Amino acid sequence: MFKHILRSLAGGPVTESAPPASDAALAELGGRLGAAAQRRLGRSLAIREVDAGSCNGCELELHALSNPLYDLERFGIRFVASPRHADVLLVTGPVTKNMAEALRRSWDATPDPKWLVACGACAVDGGVFAGSYACVGPVEAVLPVDLRIPGCPPRPAEILAGLLALLETSAAPVSGRAG
Amino acid sequence: MAEERSLRQVLERIGAPVADHRPWPRHTVDRAGWLSLAGMLRERPDWGLLGLWGEPDRVHAALRDEGDGEAGGAVAVVSLPCPDGRFPSLSAARPAAIRLERAAHDLFGLVAEGLEDTRPWLDHGRWEVARPLAAEPGPGQPPRPYPFLTSEGEGLHQIPVGPVHAGIIEPGHFRFTANGETVVRLEERLGYVHKGIEGLMRGRPAGEAARLAARISGDSTVAHSLAFARAVEAALDVEIPERAVWLRALMAELERLANHLGDIGAICNDAAFAFLLAELGRLREAVLRAADACFGHRLMMDRVVPGGVRQDLAPGGVETLRALVAELRRRVPPLVAVYDGKTSLQDRTVGTGIVGPELARRFGAGGHVGRASGRGLDARRSPGYPPYHRLEFQVPVLTEGDVNARVWIRIREVEQSLSLVEQILDRMPGPPQGLDGSAPVPLAALPDGRGGEGMALVESFRGEILTWVRVAPDGTVDRCHVRDPSWFQWPLLEAAIEGNIVADFPLCNKSFNCSYSGHDL
Repeated sequence: MFKHILRSLAGGPVTESAPPASDAALAELGGRLGAAAQRRLGRSLAIREVDAGSCNGCELELHALSNPLYDLERFGIRFVASPRHADVLLVTGPVTKNMAEALRRSWDATPDPKWLVACGACAVDGGVFAGSYACVGPVEAVLPVDLRIPGCPPRPAEILAGLLALLETSAAPVSGRAG
Repeated sequence: MAEERSLRQVLERIGAPVADHRPWPRHTVDRAGWLSLAGMLRERPDWGLLGLWGEPDRVHAALRDEGDGEAGGAVAVVSLPCPDGRFPSLSAARPAAIRLERAAHDLFGLVAEGLEDTRPWLDHGRWEVARPLAAEPGPGQPPRPYPFLTSEGEGLHQIPVGPVHAGIIEPGHFRFTANGETVVRLEERLGYVHKGIEGLMRGRPAGEAARLAARISGDSTVAHSLAFARAVEAALDVEIPERAVWLRALMAELERLANHLGDIGAICNDAAFAFLLAELGRLREAVLRAADACFGHRLMMDRVVPGGVRQDLAPGGVETLRALVAELRRRVPPLVAVYDGKTSLQDRTVGTGIVGPELARRFGAGGHVGRASGRGLDARRSPGYPPYHRLEFQVPVLTEGDVNARVWIRIREVEQSLSLVEQILDRMPGPPQGLDGSAPVPLAALPDGRGGEGMALVESFRGEILTWVRVAPDGTVDRCHVRDPSWFQWPLLEAAIEGNIVADFPLCNKSFNCSYSGHDL
């Protein structure tokens, strides 16, 4: 058994090179965010993910970001266990009515400066669940959104490109903003 | 003698058959018939509950005579009209019905007489309507306190967890009552991700509703799409192209492989053994990339649709998948040896989170949860559906019922799926040839102007999915009910954790890996 572990350790990293930041995500950010956050955050980004009603497809691809091929942490981006540790709240799902309050509370618990990312088609516009009696709708119906990452679900590379864009071009101070 | 009768014989005696319900019969019974059936369920442990669902004016239960040797599984649906909105509860005979009956009340306002637990289940008092799927929905009810079950005694304390958890995970609430580190009771509260899917499906063309079916639970998107497609095809009596049958099975086995590989790694990670998560995460990624290369989507979402498949295997797909199988055959066994040989890991998984065979049977659990606790049912084999009747595979069964057994069931299923993918690649018919020499996608058109009722049982990586659908003559979905395997597995997690320590909960939970979205719908 140890032979196998040793072989894996000696085999060198399998991580692939980072994808380029997506143009669409960059353009979206340009209008919304300044360029000051790099100083504020010191090139590290702590993300608290909140599933506000997704089908779990987005979660699968967010998990994939941590596998050795994408290895999100090498960019200084990491998923944290509490909104109190987070710079970014990354939200998936069409925000069910049963989750809206938990989502608001998670946002309130996130310290400034903070950004909100809507990840996946449902979070962006409600997706196939738009119009349901049980769903509020897109994340922006509940909270102000700084970045939208489309896709059903977005591929890991697309999520990564969006997050890199947020990191590299962000951001304006959030305090005092509506919401 | 009632004991000598099969389920079908009983239903034929007490109920009237309903026309146009395929492939299994549906019988309408009166109240006396329903009551006598409820009484018989107590004496017939071999009659399993497959599902229970409502409509505005009636309730349906799907049952399976597990003792009936008939090929096709001896499945039947029984329906009770309830004009006064009440029906006798089946929960005393089949505890798996409890949450289904609570859900039928929340969605349709149907009252299950005799149901002990009448707390709302999906309705958290946040909707603007009450009974949203009833003939006449009412105004929404404000949120009320949810009385959790109590455990009283010296030194007991409660630990509330969720709905937002510490990891990247779906939302749900767990209420632990513990004595020190030892859990004496766990109670789940679900429904947070209820999206109203059955309501959204109503009135939509079957092809459009398939997009909703594909998003009932993202990790089982192929299996849920397949169950919906097969139910619609049964309702409309449609034959699909032969190649589509094989492509569907190919996608389903790839989905099973990806999920089992990911979950085995994640279970080990929850026992603080991250090496296997990293290694198996790579292999899961290899499966997803192969799926992307072959079908244009990593999870193969929206590829299986009523009538066939929306996308044929991409050029070079056969070679891609043969290379994938070869890689997994090479890389998985050494990792299994690591799992098997690491005593600190075994120390966490062996004897942890035990579900006894009797409890698994009472709740009708399927998939790796049922198979690790002695239940060998697999919808691919019984009632079975093509092309599996032409494929060779084994259904692994263990009886220990612990985390380790659930890991081993998944390992064995990975081996079976690798063999199945190879068999499918060997035997799958080639692309169809159009008259002009082109190769059309294997997708049959659905007939116009014909309705009907259909049901399907499909084996997802998690277990058996039941989908029941009534298609209106205009081709729209009149009513669709989907019962994810999680419905019958979540209650067993509550039992599995009892007497274990709080720190073992993630391990138990991950070894089940029940779907929140699939359950809440």
